[in-house]
Amino acid sequence: MVTTDVSLEQLERTARKLRRHIVKMLAIAGSGHPGGSLSAIDILTALFFGNVMRYNPRNPRWEDRDRFILSKGHAVPALYAVLAEAGFIPEEWLWQLRKIDTPMQGHPSVKDIPALEASTGSLGQGLSIGLGINLTAILDYNRYQLDGAIGEIMSIEPVVAKWEAFGWAVREIDGHDMKQILDALHWAKEPRQQPSIIVAHTVKGKGVSFMENNNEFHGKAPTQAELEQALAELAD
Amino acid sequence: MARPLGEATREAYGKALAELGRENPNIVVLDGDLSKSTMTKYFAQEFPDRFFNVGIAEANMVGIAAGLAASGKIAFASSFACFVMCKAFDQMRLAVAYSGNNVKIVGSHGGISIGEDGVSQMGHEDIGLALSLPGFVVMVPADGAETRAAVRAAAEHFGPVYIRVGRPKAPIVYENGCPDFQIGKAITLRDGRDVTLIANGLMVAAALDAADLLQQQGISARVLDMHTVRPLDEEAVEKAARETGAIVVAEEHLLYTGLASQVAMAAAKRHPVPMRFIGLYDYAESGAPDALMRKYHLTADDIAREALELVNMRQGAVV
Repeated sequence: MVTTDVSLEQLERTARKLRRHIVKMLAIAGSGHPGGSLSAIDILTALFFGNVMRYNPRNPRWEDRDRFILSKGHAVPALYAVLAEAGFIPEEWLWQLRKIDTPMQGHPSVKDIPALEASTGSLGQGLSIGLGINLTAILDYNRYQLDGAIGEIMSIEPVVAKWEAFGWAVREIDGHDMKQILDALHWAKEPRQQPSIIVAHTVKGKGVSFMENNNEFHGKAPTQAELEQALAELAD
Repeated sequence: MARPLGEATREAYGKALAELGRENPNIVVLDGDLSKSTMTKYFAQEFPDRFFNVGIAEANMVGIAAGLAASGKIAFASSFACFVMCKAFDQMRLAVAYSGNNVKIVGSHGGISIGEDGVSQMGHEDIGLALSLPGFVVMVPADGAETRAAVRAAAEHFGPVYIRVGRPKAPIVYENGCPDFQIGKAITLRDGRDVTLIANGLMVAAALDAADLLQQQGISARVLDMHTVRPLDEEAVEKAARETGAIVVAEEHLLYTGLASQVAMAAAKRHPVPMRFIGLYDYAESGAPDALMRKYHLTADDIAREALELVNMRQGAVV
């Protein structure tokens, strides 16, 4: 199913709603990864609702679908929120995140939810799996890892030059600017002789003031009070 | 007594893959820069568009194979048994086993019979690693004919499969092909009453030779080719335990994890009998293959000796 053209405002409104879902499902679950979910959600929103990917929620295994693999599996709350919004899974499932006897595993499990495409969570595997499928890569470059700022642990710069050195076509964007994201995704679809990567500069915890660039929220769920403040900040 | 040597099981694997490639355009093959050794070269020569040599990058290879399988292909991925199982284990765990992807891993140069190259190139623990992954079918064929049957069965089975093949020419066990091959069904190569010898891979021929040796001493040994380690043919194990009262398991692998452990578990659950185990307790070394098999006690003589002790023990005789 190809979505009809939507306005940037609509996409931003959707992303805001999905941010609310992310913080709420994490607060209910009592554990999980808000920071990396919030940094990725604008990209996922553009992919699924910006007329970029072809999919059919009634037939998640549709042969001609486009496939999205979340290599950073810990950001699965963002993907669950998108799958619920797209109609792949019921919205009620979001509130069962990480609970026993549900399909809502703490990291993506394709056996539990076929629309997830790949079981991930051991970092780095998505790139290889994607290569077997036909890959466009998107880097959610929020500059943090579990133990702290990447640059203070083991610098990976110069990221763009490295991808270029390996023969990739690289485009840098602001990963929270809906227009830039959409433009880049359409750029990535253009036929070329090399694989494409979008390096999206993002903010970990984006959208919730006290989570932004606050690595405490890499893998800590919000408390009830924090949830209320987050929801207030994310209100329409 | 030595059986005539046939083709190496890796050679049979390569030939079987090319045959399958002709029949099924959906089969794709990946290798990690060892196609001349794993023998995927035959497929590569015939079907270059369906062959992907990813270089010395086994983890990437298995991830890519998972992606190809997720796209509807039957993906065979090969390297040496030790490299593909050890280096790509994480990918096999998450992208193949947990995801249930239709990936066939074929590890060549299994066991110590590769000889001179030494421990770093030998598969000592590949079968144990494969067995530790839920959902993986694990097979160790005995000779060329059985390898062809196993590769064909693997392609027809939907889901993860590991097949171990070997480097040296393998003694011929199946002179007229292996038409009755079925995943999970042991093949009774020889019936017997006093003891059962259960083996796979090169140890099957050794077990047959051991049965000949035992025969000379008036002992009737049953020989089971347990080509599939999982799903294990527990019925065959139980029947062997009930009807012969003693079991020797022989494998070219560390005994901590492998056929011996699986058979022991099945026997313990269904009908415990005295057992002995022929296999490795430590890493081997460089040397001529035959000399290594002798030094590490993986010969017909070793199997026969253990079987004899079991039989004597049961008869209350002083050994």
